[in-house]
Amino acid sequence: MANQRIPMETEKTLVMGNVAMSEAAIRAGCRFYAGYPITPQNEVSEYLAQALPAAGGVFLQAESELAAINMVFGAASTGARAMTSSSSPGISLMQEALSFIAAAQIPCFIANIMRGGPGLGNIDGSQADYFQATRGGGHGDYRLIVLAPWSVQEMYDLTIRAFDLGDHYRNPVMLLADGILGQMAEAIEFRELSPHDKPVPKDWALTGCEGRKPNVIQTLYLQKKDALEAKNIELQAKYDRITRELQLSEACDMEDAEIAVVAYGTPARIAHWAVKKARERGIKACLFRPITLWPFPALALRAVAVRCQKLLVVEMSQGQMIEDVKLAFFGTDLRPRIDFMGRGGGWYPKPKELLAEILEVAKR
Amino acid sequence: MNAEEKTIRPGRMHYCPVCGHTIAQRIIGEVMDELGIRERTIGTAPVGCAVLLYDYFNCDIIECPHGRIPAVATGIKRMRPDNIVFAYGGDGDLLSIGLAETIHCANRGENITMIFINNAVYGMTGGQMAPTTLIGQQTITTPKGRMATETGAPLRICEMFETLASPVFIERVAVHDAPHMQRAKQAIRKAFQNQIEGKGFSFVEVLSMCPTHWKMGGKEACQFVGNEMAGYFPIKKFRDADG
Ligand SMILES: Cc1ncc(C[n+]2csc(CCOP(=O)(O)OP(=O)(O)O)c2C)c(N)n1
Ligand code: SF4
Ligand SMILES: [Mg+2]
Repeated sequence: MANQRIPMETEKTLVMGNVAMSEAAIRAGCRFYAGYPITPQNEVSEYLAQALPAAGGVFLQAESELAAINMVFGAASTGARAMTSSSSPGISLMQEALSFIAAAQIPCFIANIMRGGPGLGNIDGSQADYFQATRGGGHGDYRLIVLAPWSVQEMYDLTIRAFDLGDHYRNPVMLLADGILGQMAEAIEFRELSPHDKPVPKDWALTGCEGRKPNVIQTLYLQKKDALEAKNIELQAKYDRITRELQLSEACDMEDAEIAVVAYGTPARIAHWAVKKARERGIKACLFRPITLWPFPALALRAVAVRCQKLLVVEMSQGQMIEDVKLAFFGTDLRPRIDFMGRGGGWYPKPKELLAEILEVAKR
Repeated sequence: MNAEEKTIRPGRMHYCPVCGHTIAQRIIGEVMDELGIRERTIGTAPVGCAVLLYDYFNCDIIECPHGRIPAVATGIKRMRPDNIVFAYGGDGDLLSIGLAETIHCANRGENITMIFINNAVYGMTGGQMAPTTLIGQQTITTPKGRMATETGAPLRICEMFETLASPVFIERVAVHDAPHMQRAKQAIRKAFQNQIEGKGFSFVEVLSMCPTHWKMGGKEACQFVGNEMAGYFPIKKFRDADG
């Protein structure tokens, strides 16, 4: 699959998550990719090395992730749709540039196909970069929009959506997927998704100043005393707007539920199965699945907690998203019991383990 | 907005007296005017004393993370091959923190113009040792003078580039007196001309004064470039694919 472009008019096709995401990027109009090899996302560069030039775009294997993200900074600053992909250690190397890109409000797309950490960790799937993705990662007051697919179809759909959101909000967007989603193959529809908005004019882009005043992309605000704080306030107003407008999530089997499993990515798939099994045993469980990790869908989670007094947070980490789950109830009267089940080091929660945990929580 | 407007905006630059940045930037501006490319040009501002370059240049500019100018310039040029892209950076920027990006950019033969300001010191952060600080030269982080046994010998990037196949133009110039400024202008002009003609990576190293952190008067600083720096960094054309 990696050496051939997926034809336009296919019905359902079996593809890997990494390939679905790559093809989605091309269909979203991405015309620049730079990246550096790292497992488990090498299929992205293998696919794009062939398919992106064929689509009239530029593919570059960069000398490092530092160079890759800065090439994307340059390409995206001309108004082009541009992306990079990597996995955890490589994403760590990109943090300084992500801070610059967010500060300069340059839309671009970054995929983190997470592997186990810290350090070199291992090459199995993980969700241990949640803090890094949602808390900034780099220096300064800034936010990335973070999208979390749970299927190969969503690797495709959310990638297209990511480019639209980036342009709409003038913000970098990260797709945060565990390595299992990148490596897994599923039959998906390569559907045309209409942009959620009209094409956004990029009057800030660097194109040469003929017929207009020069455009300057800068992140230094040294000269006037209040200039940087004014910039911080401007950015925060945008982040507040995104928080109001873009909390995406999905809930399954919520109607009569008493226990909610809260999970994203691969653990959400496992939880989906476990919730069904628990229901067969008379436990009124449901699944709540954040799709945006930043902004975290706190409002929808509160609605869930109005019914469910017990929440079970499941992650492929030692517990990171659980902090946002707890924060969602801060300042409200809701006091659900919050339990945690996590697997780390490249492991995912086994379906039966998770089912047993739900049954256990039901007894508490 | 028209072609009559000059590249360098009227008014003073903020650099210290006799700083090499002022001279180099005025030369770049003159060359851009003569070639009529101001409205097609996208420049990069480095993290260093020249970070406010966009206050002086009347063209599109992007301020890059420290050391990443060659990568940012690569992304711009690949997306906008018909624009003229110049990369401008100091010795800390291009030869220390960004050395990998600089060499790979040259080795890929990106069709850009790179101007490298070698002032043998980190100007902006207060005069620390640079990769190009001369042996024996005192800086605030080499108070007894740079010793090769401790920190290696100064990096000669033109000589390193000579080992690469891709660059089409490599020249080292200086700006400490009028004849050298003239030669510097010719080199910079050629480095832009090459890009306009699609020839490939063109590189000009400019030996530059930093009287402030060398703790010298202007005249003494110019002599330091002509005698000490030029002694270790030969002023010459290393490569011109046009012969
Ligand atoms: C990642 C990072 N590290 C360090 C700095 C601090 N810093 C700013 S300018 C500079 C050195 C500038 O020296 P040079 O590139 O030689 O430029 P000059 O000021 O001499 O023209 C450093 C280390 C920074 N801004 N970013
Ligand atoms: S400190 Fe040195 S490099 Fe910086 S402006 Fe002054 S003379 Fe120029
Ligand atoms: Mg310097």
